[in-house]
Amino acid sequence: MEANIPLVEMRDIHVAFGGVKAVDGVTIDLYPGEVVGLLGHNGAGKSTLIKVLSGACQARGGEILVGGERVEIRNPRDARAHNIETIYQTLALADNLDAAANLFLGREIIQPNGLLDEVRMEAEARRIIRRLNPHFTKFHVPVATLSGGQRQAVAIARAVHFEARILIMDEPTAALGVEETRMVANLIEELKKDGIGIFLISHDIHDVFDLADRLTVMKNGRRVGTVRTADVSQDDVLGMIILGKMPEGVADGGRPVPSPETT
Amino acid sequence: MIKKLLDDLEVDTRLLGMVGALAVIWIAFHIWTDGLFITPRNLFNLSVQTASVAVMACGMVLVIVARHIDLSVGSLLGFLAMFMGVVQSDVLPQLIGGGDTPAFNHPAIWFLTLANGSAAGMAIGAFQGFVVGYLAVPAFIVTLGGLLVWRGCAWWITTGQTVAPLDSYFNWLGGGAEGSIYFWPSWIVAIIACLLVWYTVWRARQQRHRFDFPLKPRWAEFVTGGGLSALIVVFVLVMTAYEVPERAAARVYEARGWTIPEEGASLVFGIAIPVVILGIVALVMTIVARRTRFGRYVFAMGGNPDAAELAGINTRRMTVWIFAIMGLLCAISAAIASARLNSADNAVGTLDELRVIAAAVIGGSSLSGGRGTIYGAILGALVMQSLQSGMAMVGVDAPLQNIVIGVVLVIAVFVDQWYRRRTER
Repeated sequence: MEANIPLVEMRDIHVAFGGVKAVDGVTIDLYPGEVVGLLGHNGAGKSTLIKVLSGACQARGGEILVGGERVEIRNPRDARAHNIETIYQTLALADNLDAAANLFLGREIIQPNGLLDEVRMEAEARRIIRRLNPHFTKFHVPVATLSGGQRQAVAIARAVHFEARILIMDEPTAALGVEETRMVANLIEELKKDGIGIFLISHDIHDVFDLADRLTVMKNGRRVGTVRTADVSQDDVLGMIILGKMPEGVADGGRPVPSPETT
Repeated sequence: MIKKLLDDLEVDTRLLGMVGALAVIWIAFHIWTDGLFITPRNLFNLSVQTASVAVMACGMVLVIVARHIDLSVGSLLGFLAMFMGVVQSDVLPQLIGGGDTPAFNHPAIWFLTLANGSAAGMAIGAFQGFVVGYLAVPAFIVTLGGLLVWRGCAWWITTGQTVAPLDSYFNWLGGGAEGSIYFWPSWIVAIIACLLVWYTVWRARQQRHRFDFPLKPRWAEFVTGGGLSALIVVFVLVMTAYEVPERAAARVYEARGWTIPEEGASLVFGIAIPVVILGIVALVMTIVARRTRFGRYVFAMGGNPDAAELAGINTRRMTVWIFAIMGLLCAISAAIASARLNSADNAVGTLDELRVIAAAVIGGSSLSGGRGTIYGAILGALVMQSLQSGMAMVGVDAPLQNIVIGVVLVIAVFVDQWYRRRTER
């Protein structure tokens, strides 16, 4: 994939719940190996916007382009088919199932006789989750009994295992301790090197400022602007979140790679 | 120490509790009835009486695990029994033999009847599932409606007349002297069951070996496998110890065209056909629930419906299938229940929905979804039936029987939740 074609582009997205415009004509894009932070107050529309991309929510207007081509995303299955994976804030785990069952939920490995290949799934799950969290041992208990960090490891493992090209992380570190947060940060760096594009959603600027290459700020369902983290200070971004105004002297859009041909 | 032992064995301690409760009930009634309860005759009858509710309970587990409920199963059973009654008595004999010479008791009738009933049961179940899944009406309401509708339809088919007698082969499905598999077939079933047990043990071990997972200690495998095999053998020993009364045996000999030996016809019951059916249903449903994608999705839906949806599971279509399976099992139960009575009447299956739900719940299914086992539901049905038959044998008044069963249901769920709270902390 060429660097100047966005991995994904959401153009002029509209979502309304009843009379409330949750997302009102927002356009964002994401390039390979890039982390875009999506910031805004609770209720700014960032989660709704991203649900459109992950198939959990239908847009009323606008279009989605993956790798430059227009796609229809009607449900989570469609999103997965386009290698769009999501780590939800709620983690979306089935609490009564164990780690392997959750990791492979919807994509189980099947034996030739049509039955679940549980041993293989467990082996794979052990391999993947251990890489994220070496202390993870409880593979035979419902995930309800795991700690917040361990549950997060299961949710992350599920998203990255299946050749994700576009990864959506909704408040990925909100429930984590210091060490676990660092683990997630390391993982994000690693995924970037593999050319995966990541949307990082947060209402807290500190969570994303150091990790993101660009930041898009939303307020009241509209996009305030998109800036390169290198060009702005945290205070500038706070101003965008609170006042809904671009900082002075900073251009909107901020492409990841400086390329004079494209605007 | 004991905990370590149980961990090694990987047995469900809850299951042990239920088996213990069952043992207490049986022994208490055995003493109370002066030694009539734990006898081949009574246990045979108990197994037949349990079969119909237990078959439906297997399906109810899936329904409850998926956070739904089905209140219509008793009425649906009644409707399907009437439907199959008319099909085998009025429709098929005429179709096969022609209008003037109806072919009563034609050997194909029982099967065609069951096939028709199963198709009707699945269709009705699927329809209810459609209303629940796609039209988003709560299952409680849809099946409460179904409870009234199907009972009404059962009456409508014959305007309330009882259909009797039923097809003579169809009646085999209900157990009794005709509907058992006698000595040798019972032992063949026992051998197959034991082979299945050991194959499962061996296969699980081999699978774990493939990925170098820690294996269960060898002795633990032998204890679980051996315990299950012993249970099967004891069961068949008991069933084959119950002799068919001589006159009934002679009738069976005659009906089957066997020559009666000089010393007279002698026959043991062996496993009842409805119990064989229950065994097959239980095996298939256990595999479906535990080893297939479908079963995995049912549990995921129960654990977290949103997560299931986000994982790309089509929960609406799943709901249709879950209720369709429930409908199919209702048809099988309807065949067992009506064949046992040798008639289909308007009241068959009345209040069965409550027995079935109670069996599933006593067996550990959680009404908040995501949890339940097939074997637990069958044990639950057996516990309920043991209480009911035992009290009937002792001569407890019917109202008091209901009181006892109601109280036991609540206590069972209370103990279960208390136990879980203690072990899950």
